[in-house]
Amino acid sequence: MSGFTAPEIAWGPMTPLLVVLLAAVVGVLVEAFVPAARRRTVQLVLTLGALAGALLAVAALWSDVERTGGTDVLAGSLVVDGPTLVLQATIALLALLSTLLFADRVAGGEDAFAPSAAAVPGSDYEELARRKGLRQTEVYPLLLFATGGMMLFPATTDLLTLFVALEVLSLPLYLLSGMGRRRRLLSQEASMKYFLLGAFVSALMLFGIGLLYGYAGSLRYADIAAATTTPNGMEGLLVVGALLLLAGLFFKVGAVPFHMWTPDVYQGAPTPVTAFMAACTKVAAFGALLRVVYGMLPTMAWDLEVVLWIVAIVTMVVGTVAALVQTDVKRLLAYSSIAHAGFVLAGIVALDEAGITAVLFYLLAYGAATVGAFGLVSLVREQRTGDDDAPVVLGEATRLSQWAGLGRSHPLAAVTFTLFLLSFAGIPLTAGFVGKFAVFSAAVEGGAWQLALVGVLASAAAAFFYVRIIVLMFFTDPQEAPGVAGEPAPGLTSDATPGVTPEVTTAVEPADTVGAPAVAVAEPVRAARTTVAAGEGLTAVAVGVCAVLTVVLGVAPSAVLDAIASVALLLP
Amino acid sequence: MHTLITLTAPAVVPTAAGGVSSVAWSGAQAAVWLVALPLLSSAVLLLLGRRADRWGHWLGVLASAASFVVGLVLLVGLLGLPADQRVQDVDLGTWLDAGALSIGAGLRVDPLSLTFVLLVTFVGTLIHVYSVAYMEHDASRRRFFAYLNLFVAAMLLLVLADSYALLFVGWEGVGLASYLLIGFWNHHTPYAVAAKKAFVANRVGDVGLLVAMGLLFATFGSLDFATVDAGVAGASEGTLTLVGLALLLAACGKSAQFPLQSWLGDAMAGPTPVSALIHAATMVTAGVYLIIRSGAVFTAAPTAQLVVAVVGAITLLFGAIVGCAKDDIKKALAASTMSQIGYMVLAAGLGPIGYAFAIFHLVTHGFFKAGMFLGAGSVMHGMDDQVDMRRFGGLGRYMKITYFTFMAGWLAILGIPPFAGFFSKDKIIEAAFVPVDGEPWRAWVFGTVALVGAGITAFYMSRLFFMTFEGQKRWSTRRDGSEQHPHESPALMTWPMIVLAVGSVGLGWVLSTVGFVEWLEPSVGHTEHEEPVLAVPVLIALTLIAVALGLVLAWRRYAVSTVPVTPPLGTALTRAARVDLHQDAVNDALLVEPGQYLTRSLVYGDKAVVDGAVTGLGRATVALGDLVRRAQNGYARSYAAGMVVGVVVLAFVVLAVRG
Repeated sequence: MSGFTAPEIAWGPMTPLLVVLLAAVVGVLVEAFVPAARRRTVQLVLTLGALAGALLAVAALWSDVERTGGTDVLAGSLVVDGPTLVLQATIALLALLSTLLFADRVAGGEDAFAPSAAAVPGSDYEELARRKGLRQTEVYPLLLFATGGMMLFPATTDLLTLFVALEVLSLPLYLLSGMGRRRRLLSQEASMKYFLLGAFVSALMLFGIGLLYGYAGSLRYADIAAATTTPNGMEGLLVVGALLLLAGLFFKVGAVPFHMWTPDVYQGAPTPVTAFMAACTKVAAFGALLRVVYGMLPTMAWDLEVVLWIVAIVTMVVGTVAALVQTDVKRLLAYSSIAHAGFVLAGIVALDEAGITAVLFYLLAYGAATVGAFGLVSLVREQRTGDDDAPVVLGEATRLSQWAGLGRSHPLAAVTFTLFLLSFAGIPLTAGFVGKFAVFSAAVEGGAWQLALVGVLASAAAAFFYVRIIVLMFFTDPQEAPGVAGEPAPGLTSDATPGVTPEVTTAVEPADTVGAPAVAVAEPVRAARTTVAAGEGLTAVAVGVCAVLTVVLGVAPSAVLDAIASVALLLP
Repeated sequence: MHTLITLTAPAVVPTAAGGVSSVAWSGAQAAVWLVALPLLSSAVLLLLGRRADRWGHWLGVLASAASFVVGLVLLVGLLGLPADQRVQDVDLGTWLDAGALSIGAGLRVDPLSLTFVLLVTFVGTLIHVYSVAYMEHDASRRRFFAYLNLFVAAMLLLVLADSYALLFVGWEGVGLASYLLIGFWNHHTPYAVAAKKAFVANRVGDVGLLVAMGLLFATFGSLDFATVDAGVAGASEGTLTLVGLALLLAACGKSAQFPLQSWLGDAMAGPTPVSALIHAATMVTAGVYLIIRSGAVFTAAPTAQLVVAVVGAITLLFGAIVGCAKDDIKKALAASTMSQIGYMVLAAGLGPIGYAFAIFHLVTHGFFKAGMFLGAGSVMHGMDDQVDMRRFGGLGRYMKITYFTFMAGWLAILGIPPFAGFFSKDKIIEAAFVPVDGEPWRAWVFGTVALVGAGITAFYMSRLFFMTFEGQKRWSTRRDGSEQHPHESPALMTWPMIVLAVGSVGLGWVLSTVGFVEWLEPSVGHTEHEEPVLAVPVLIALTLIAVALGLVLAWRRYAVSTVPVTPPLGTALTRAARVDLHQDAVNDALLVEPGQYLTRSLVYGDKAVVDGAVTGLGRATVALGDLVRRAQNGYARSYAAGMVVGVVVLAFVVLAVRG
């Protein structure tokens, strides 16, 4: 043991990470020592404080990093450079907004989480817990742990730390996914699947790490990169190892063919968790991917470029195409997030500084729109008239057909959702457009114009399903919407406008054609109406912030783009 | 690639056809208000909601009129400058600036943009006034005016932008406004469908513009007109041809040119003032504007230019033939718009010699076509929203003002001297007969097409006019079963029609007298007059003979003899023309083409990609989606298997590539 020398640790650059992880530990203690009645408040304050603190810490570190280019902490286990700070700030900000979604009690004082996650669904115990008003406040420390893992994930240049960070961010997410208050079996199934597949991929990735270690004799990115410059006859290890490592990262970003968990889990998990997962995990995983591709494998670019190309193209196409046939808004957003993963990959393939800036900006733009969109999904509820004629707000109305006519009944919510959809679709003056523009032009600069072309075409196709929702919200009457969305309209064969072919969408129904008076819909299929619940306003605040971000980043992106570009240099 | 970070917007190089002036004229800053006023008004109308219901429409009118006044002020200011300083760029600051991505926002005030500004705001204001009365009984009139204002703002931004990037913003803006306005009466399902169709066709065009922008940016490192125009000389012809074709695709989408014309007829579902403003006078001419604004690119890419002329010629005939068979008055007018824009595109495809004439025709067309659309709206107003011309007849006796104003527009589009269309269309026909690059065959082909088009135009427009206003009454009963009582429209509707009719009568003569073509020169360049292959008086005579033939034929068939109330079976051509020469079948395939190619080449060889026309999903896409959905079977085991297969396949690919 005498040979061991303690490494020099620069504590300062680690502050953002430490604040979050320490707060998570304190959060666990809070669960143990603070009386149940006050736990939620304390946890909420602690979580929000920690995330805000992380943001402040990033701000404090910024000018230093901008000047020096960054520091290497813990001998490469943690690298605090420009991209790290940008990613950590993005993650902290999006986690902060997600926390507001976590905390909001939308329907009758109930938040999105099961009163007691351990209770068997449908059991008396569960009902008792619900009536007692129990609350699972562990979600806050879990969120903080996951956030901590995410902030470490893209900041490390060491494969072992990468793996640890992956597990730190994943395990809380597995748990959180299974804690839905409503549709608990679906939620638990999602959790189980996510866990199984996550464990499976962890194994693949660990195997890959082993192979890479076998090849290079080191776990440091820089050492592996150095080893790849001199052929030693074991390139097979290197290629397969790198591929398995990439597979793990592709799984986390939801790239095809490692995407299949995404729709199931996004749909089953409680919506605030989905928002958190969809936004923050993706940011963290793309950050890590960026560092791996740029830092570890640049000399292998020729070999692995083909993998990135294939995955990027297939991801864009599958995400877009599959989204076209979805009938559930959460699944639709899940596929849309897959398509977006493809777009970001196109930027990563660019392999230059413009690509780094573009990817970082894209992640911020995408994250803001994602949290906002899922936040709104968590507010759109079914509503039934209760015994005393007072409206009772029920679970989320996630079937697309239930969103019909939302633009008339709740214009503000519908317009805000439209804004997020336009940003996803990449319409100018939204953040999404600037992001797409940046990513695609980076791809073109990097010589990957074919990818940019596929991306532009996929975006054009993707616009259809975003517009489909917009049309549904604004131009379709609620009673027109069929029970099952996507059914062909049976009666619409000819009408006053020849040349309009019958179509297969949810948006158009035969009930109201010119010249033929609308046939009254005989029986109301469901008594439940769709409404937008107010909640305590926390979700509304988060959605509002996301909307403002989406607009500001779209109208005046220069400041942010400049700031990112000024530090967009990865330390080895 | 590391130098990209330091690359910033290059200094604006004085260029363009007439040369960007080095002398900045501070008055040009006022151009900002052109866009800002209607935009603010639109925001106010939308944000105030019902509170603005009582006075909102007048605010809309005021905003549009104020923009027109600003436009006039700019016109006076620009006229006060020497001709070589009439291209003024107004820098509005940087919109997007990070490393290689530097996109400034600026406006270009020059004769070309100002011509559009005056056309859009003048005709726009008249149509705003008209709409006050036309939409009087509509509960959401305020929202209608908000959209109209939004459209005006976007259109002005489109024509004033000094770069493709900002132009694109306006381009999307008018698309959005058009979408909202076509679908304004979206409680009628087909109207919402039509709105979506227009949106989709426009998106296809947008892909063209995006590709063009990507190519331009990759080639010149900038998207502003000045840099592009200056750099054209140094770029390869192949690239420029691609850019030109991409721009043409964009223009086809927006201007309803072959093969993306299908949406215009359906867009007539919107309220008639919308058809007049957006789908006749202004937005649909944006494609022509784009081509002429990119004149430098097309001049350097003769192949692309030839394709432009061919597309224009095809659309010209196409629209004219379709127009002969339509019985819906608005759709007949839409077909005519398509055909007339075909003339403009043809002129734009002839090169610098045709640019000024294209714009000239665009302006006169803006007047007479808007006037006729408003007339059609007035007829519908008096006839209980009937649009079938076989159910009109003899209306001239009941609606005198509509009759005479419509007649002015009719004579103008026919090109009867001295009405406006004579001065503009005849010039295009003359220009078409001028041999390009010493190749007389082109002159003969394009010239003949333009000449024949004039004859067909005379036939179908006279048909429309006679079926509506002359001959016997063939009226149906009103929707509530009572008799039709056609009546003249209120003054708020007739006055705009009268003003536009005055323009239809005199504008051509006035503009050609005051030297409109010379006024445009700083923007579109000067060309020496060249002789057509036939002498000009002969051409004029031939044109007038063709017009007279068409007119007389229509008179015999639709004014003198009885028009059957139910359409006769007709010849094969008539039947084909009624269904827009099967353009839907063709176009649905073309609309979904990008996605189709993608799915085809990557996955299936699927042939059936026609159905999901409106949402643009083809069956192939849906089928692929279903395949993905089936793979998404919910079993974690098959997901894991999928991942393993994925890894193995990727490993094989990598190892194979390594060799």
